[in-house]
Amino acid sequence: MRFLVKAEVSLKRGHFDPEGDVAAKSLKDLGFGVGTVRVSKGYTMEIDARDASEAKALAEEMCRRLLANPIKDDFRVEVLFIEGRTD
Amino acid sequence: MMDLRKAKACILRVGGTNCDAEVKAALEDLGLRSDILHMDWLEKGKLSEYQLLVFPGGFSYGDYVRAGAVWGKKVLTKMRRDLERFVEDGRLVMGICNGFQVLVEAGMLPGDGGQFSPTPRAVLANNSSARYECRWVFLRGEGSHAPFARRIGKGEVLRVPIGHGEGRFLAESEEAVHELIRSNRIVFRYARPSGEPAEGAYPFNPNGSVHDIAAICNREGNVIGMMPHPERAFFGWQAFGYGDPHRYGDGRKIFEGIVDHIRSL
Repeated sequence: MRFLVKAEVSLKRGHFDPEGDVAAKSLKDLGFGVGTVRVSKGYTMEIDARDASEAKALAEEMCRRLLANPIKDDFRVEVLFIEGRTD
Repeated sequence: MMDLRKAKACILRVGGTNCDAEVKAALEDLGLRSDILHMDWLEKGKLSEYQLLVFPGGFSYGDYVRAGAVWGKKVLTKMRRDLERFVEDGRLVMGICNGFQVLVEAGMLPGDGGQFSPTPRAVLANNSSARYECRWVFLRGEGSHAPFARRIGKGEVLRVPIGHGEGRFLAESEEAVHELIRSNRIVFRYARPSGEPAEGAYPFNPNGSVHDIAAICNREGNVIGMMPHPERAFFGWQAFGYGDPHRYGDGRKIFEGIVDHIRSL
């Protein structure tokens, strides 16, 4: 079965995020009342698996092996779509 | 003693690498023949013909995912065994700029021997200035045992350029940084022109690296990763402000160390 899985890779809490800081400053310059801004990266992936939990486990393994660097990144995986059930 | 004419260097190339020609020009100026090879042309077993393997700088695979991540994983899938053997043989591996990011992402640095760690044990994160830093910096030799630094004394200052957006070296923990210091694996630190360590002060430390780390090596010293580009400071005419364009730049000392080492084998 084919699943659509989203992996979000973000900097660990407390980890310095210069890109987020620049975005926050620019948003403030535009007049938005914004506090801290953190940048993350999203990967939406089609994954073939037997069930949703296997699809999730595969996506987590992909994060560990490539998409996230364990020194600076956290990741979160969510199964968005299940073929034949949510379409 | 090895006859240098029999030795050879391999400079790897993939989509997005750069300065491979500068590395070749530097090595060949010192008498070490060099092949620039696309990684797909490096057949199994061929690596053993070389004494030095260079991962040059650039933006391999467009820096997608993370700088060096895609090439680093490709190294693991395509040449892991050959590279492990190469390093365990005591041959030299050098990662410059993006090449340093590749060696870290592949789990080879900071490392012991030719062993790859299953996940990276460090990262080259976004510069704390949030800018691409492209300029000359001062480096300070740390008295490392790595062959790359054998011509450079402890506290000696080198002027070499950098060009990177992701160069902030971070290790797993504070303890991991202390271990790098204890085992003498920090080869160069960013410094002030006087040779004092930058102590994190911008612009001397250009990226916010912990402990001003600009270059590290493995335990044995035969694998080095460095953010600065010594091949861009080899000839006097490449180097802004050296005075005489006919003299050589400071980057030459690193390549001289390589050639001395190969000759001594």
